[in-house]
Amino acid sequence: MLPESVLIANRGEIARRIARTARRLGIRVIAVYSEADAGLPFVAEADEAILIGPAPPALSYLNAGAILAAASRTGAAAIHPGYGFLAEHAEFAQQVIDAGLTWIGPPPDAIARMGDKISARNLMAAAGVPVAPGSTEPVPDADAAAEVAARIGYPVMIKAAAGGGGIGMSAAADVAALRTGFETARTRAERFFGSPAILLERFIAHARHVEVQILGLADGRVVALGERDCSAQRRHQKVAEETPSPGVGAELRERMLTAAIRAGLAVGYRGAGTVECLVEESTGEFVFLEMNTRLQVEHPVTEMVTGIDLVEQQLLIAGGADCSFDVGSVSPHGHALELRVYAEDPVRFLPSPGVITGWHEPAGAGVRVDAGYAAGNTVTPHYDPLLAKLIVHGADRDQALERARAAVGCFQVTGPKTNLPFHAELLDSPDFASGDYDTAVVSRLRP
Amino acid sequence: MIEIRAEMVANVWKVVAVEGEAVADGDIVVILESMKMEIPVLVESSGRIIRLAVTEGDVIQEGDLIAVIE
Repeated sequence: MLPESVLIANRGEIARRIARTARRLGIRVIAVYSEADAGLPFVAEADEAILIGPAPPALSYLNAGAILAAASRTGAAAIHPGYGFLAEHAEFAQQVIDAGLTWIGPPPDAIARMGDKISARNLMAAAGVPVAPGSTEPVPDADAAAEVAARIGYPVMIKAAAGGGGIGMSAAADVAALRTGFETARTRAERFFGSPAILLERFIAHARHVEVQILGLADGRVVALGERDCSAQRRHQKVAEETPSPGVGAELRERMLTAAIRAGLAVGYRGAGTVECLVEESTGEFVFLEMNTRLQVEHPVTEMVTGIDLVEQQLLIAGGADCSFDVGSVSPHGHALELRVYAEDPVRFLPSPGVITGWHEPAGAGVRVDAGYAAGNTVTPHYDPLLAKLIVHGADRDQALERARAAVGCFQVTGPKTNLPFHAELLDSPDFASGDYDTAVVSRLRP
Repeated sequence: MIEIRAEMVANVWKVVAVEGEAVADGDIVVILESMKMEIPVLVESSGRIIRLAVTEGDVIQEGDLIAVIE
């Protein structure tokens, strides 16, 4: 059963992307927006749009009370959280359910257990999913961190247990760097995630970041829809993704998909989720990194090769219905790339908000653009810099790269600086073009 | 006198420097936040902060005055 209406508790490109599927399925679309976003396309295109507060996220997109009030006022039947903001707040998910609405996401309990990276690691280890050596409980202070690091061995990665988006994360090669990194991580963890809990993990220097898309079905089964390679990152944030991963062979893929299914089953997962792993280059082995209990920014590459609309499956599963495709016979075809178009300067990657004076999207065979903005919109400093995602499909990786190069060349944005020139460089770089790259590919281009 | 101005639209997250204090090349005056990124604004020559034009929580525009150094 599909809901009659859905309130999308998000903004920008993802609000628009979710609305597109909802509309196709005959579901009424309700947008919520902050004062800063009143002029964006996702507001204009919705069947109904409700202002929920001023620009700062805490007063609008993170304001659960205002969002639930908007749902009640508009008679929304379901809430889709998109990614970021409240998507991984177990408490919000529970509030939505308690209000008698359909939550388009996993059970609150699964969100909570995977949201804490320490509990997630422990749970995965217990379920037989490989994890890197690391702390099994929160590290309280720098002295304790030094002890843990001595046990697991340097270099170590310092992470906020409640964190995401690479915020507060750093690698330490020795005890001095560990102490500095620990304090930074703790301050940021508190500020951004409201929890000072820190975890340490062995740092894998040369690795690919590969994740598996899973769907927890309404009947309790879990299926894996292939992997995505997200090794192209700047400041620990993804800039380009592709599927299949050029660094994953059939045997490794099989093992990763099996582990991801096991991870989903271990938490009673429902709906779309992503199991993130690191694949160590020297050994070809993978370890569990974290699970994202929501739709992923880069989900379109999976859609392009499988032909499956993941938002549609989310809506169906939340309503207790079967998926729209035969879960027993998913066969990806071709190759897909996604390039995240950010409002930032293409050299130092510094934010570049401003008024968009010109906007021209590429089009053509295998080209898809999920955009949050149009000409005349203002990009404000309040939210992340993602303007649009350029997604390209080809019969093989070479054709996908060729189409991506042409599409980047045709994508014109004037006003704010964008990283489009960087993408042109990335696509032409021998590292990326060869497919033989790791998480350091961007920093090698920008030493 | 050297004026330090904002390079971009941003929120003022932290004011690190103190009016009247001496600063050296590379010291942080304020930390801005834009698009979920923290951007420290540094002093590029030694001197004394004679004016701090922003407070924490301000939203500043490109070109806005942040501080004056003597």
